[in-house]
Amino acid sequence: MIHYFILQAGPVSSVSDTNNSFNYFPIAIQLIFAIAFVAIMMGVTHWLGPKRATEEKLENFESGIEIRGNARQPMAVKYFLVAILFVLFDVEVIFFYPYAVNFRELGWEGFMAVLMFVGFFLAGFYYIFKKGALNWED
Amino acid sequence: MTILNIDWFFALEKLILIAVVITGALVIAMYSTYAERKVAAFIQDRRGPNRAGPFGLFQPLADGLKLFFKEEIIPSHSNKVLFVLGPSLAMLTAMMTSAVIPWGSKVELFGRSIDLQIADINIGILFVFGVVSLGVYGILIGAWSSNNKFSLLGGLRGASQIISYELAMGISLIALLMVTGTLSLKEMVEQQRHGHWNIIHQPLGFLIFLICAFAECNRTPFDLPEAENELNCGYHSEYSSMKLGFYLFAEYINMFISGAVMACLYFGGYDIPFVDESALAVNTAAILGAVALLVKVGLFIFLFMWVRWTIPRFRYDQLMRLGWKNLIPLSLLNMFVTGAWILWKSKSH
Repeated sequence: MIHYFILQAGPVSSVSDTNNSFNYFPIAIQLIFAIAFVAIMMGVTHWLGPKRATEEKLENFESGIEIRGNARQPMAVKYFLVAILFVLFDVEVIFFYPYAVNFRELGWEGFMAVLMFVGFFLAGFYYIFKKGALNWED
Repeated sequence: MTILNIDWFFALEKLILIAVVITGALVIAMYSTYAERKVAAFIQDRRGPNRAGPFGLFQPLADGLKLFFKEEIIPSHSNKVLFVLGPSLAMLTAMMTSAVIPWGSKVELFGRSIDLQIADINIGILFVFGVVSLGVYGILIGAWSSNNKFSLLGGLRGASQIISYELAMGISLIALLMVTGTLSLKEMVEQQRHGHWNIIHQPLGFLIFLICAFAECNRTPFDLPEAENELNCGYHSEYSSMKLGFYLFAEYINMFISGAVMACLYFGGYDIPFVDESALAVNTAAILGAVALLVKVGLFIFLFMWVRWTIPRFRYDQLMRLGWKNLIPLSLLNMFVTGAWILWKSKSH
């Protein structure tokens, strides 16, 4: 017989595996707890503080001078480059996780395969290194 | 179809544990602000806060109440919803990471055996990484929504710094996973029970992890997102009242949690050095173990503060060079030396 659970927090006899959605139930409680805490604190500080807003007070801070232009201007492309490189490299790092956990069973053969994979990884790394993507001084 | 199949005692037990852990984290974060000022005073040969209560012990309470009673300012040019969402997310992610940390072994109460860990999931450390990397949204959303030039620069710096150091942190962790063969923090701590702490096998990995933890928590020498003398207050320039408090508290909670993670990964977690816990009663062993873990975390927090008042801030290009050109190749090298060493040793057996 198949059971469908929307919210489940009890040992299910048919499931012998120790890692099922049941293990994540406390995380759901903690998330609800944390959201409630943050919401209440935000509400309390909104309610307690004085409200004497004037137009000048609500201006953005710009070291005491009047605001010039909009802050949301185009920024250095280097930040964008770092973000793109991070996505590429982080995906490669993610592949190492399952390897590292099963690394003893895979032995030398698996090690050589990962060595090759990292070889490609390093080739890309060397390329962006030489291209100057990681240089912050112009 | 079952909609609610809940063991209510189990849920209650977890709820109490969550309340205790989160309250504990908040109190420790509060007193970290006090400790930071006292440590700074000690290092700079001053007295530090000593007016509110004996030795100034009520200072964090006074600071917290002050933040509650301050006027809440939402700048007229800002994006109002995101402006509130930013600090909320920062605090939320800081509060979520404590879910998978094992605070002690089991205690027995009312005939029930209770784990001192909120959730024992087999991806433990990956969960911590996932939640920590969500923290960058809190900074970035707060910075962008303020519509302030200093904030935006601070937020950009913070985001690219955190993602850069996450790579080296991930790779240094992989070398540790090769040693332990599991992602669950509980199992890692259990493996270290007999005095063979992972720091012995992974000294370089630990050093890389520690440096990256400083960068992830935006602590000096990596506090460029809020570099006072160039960016006023960085990403939280426009914040006031408890919204500012959330950003500050989130930083201290993150510091506490990263101390706990490092203690579990490299320093035996709740293992008490030179004591055989199996000789003690179950509850005594659990409580002493939790105290041992908190002492280790306290030492890490002290290290964070000691470094802050000793080493000056990096320049931005130095920060990026250290992250990308030094730490990533070094952690890859560490990973391969570890792998080859373990395989060579297991073959010679």
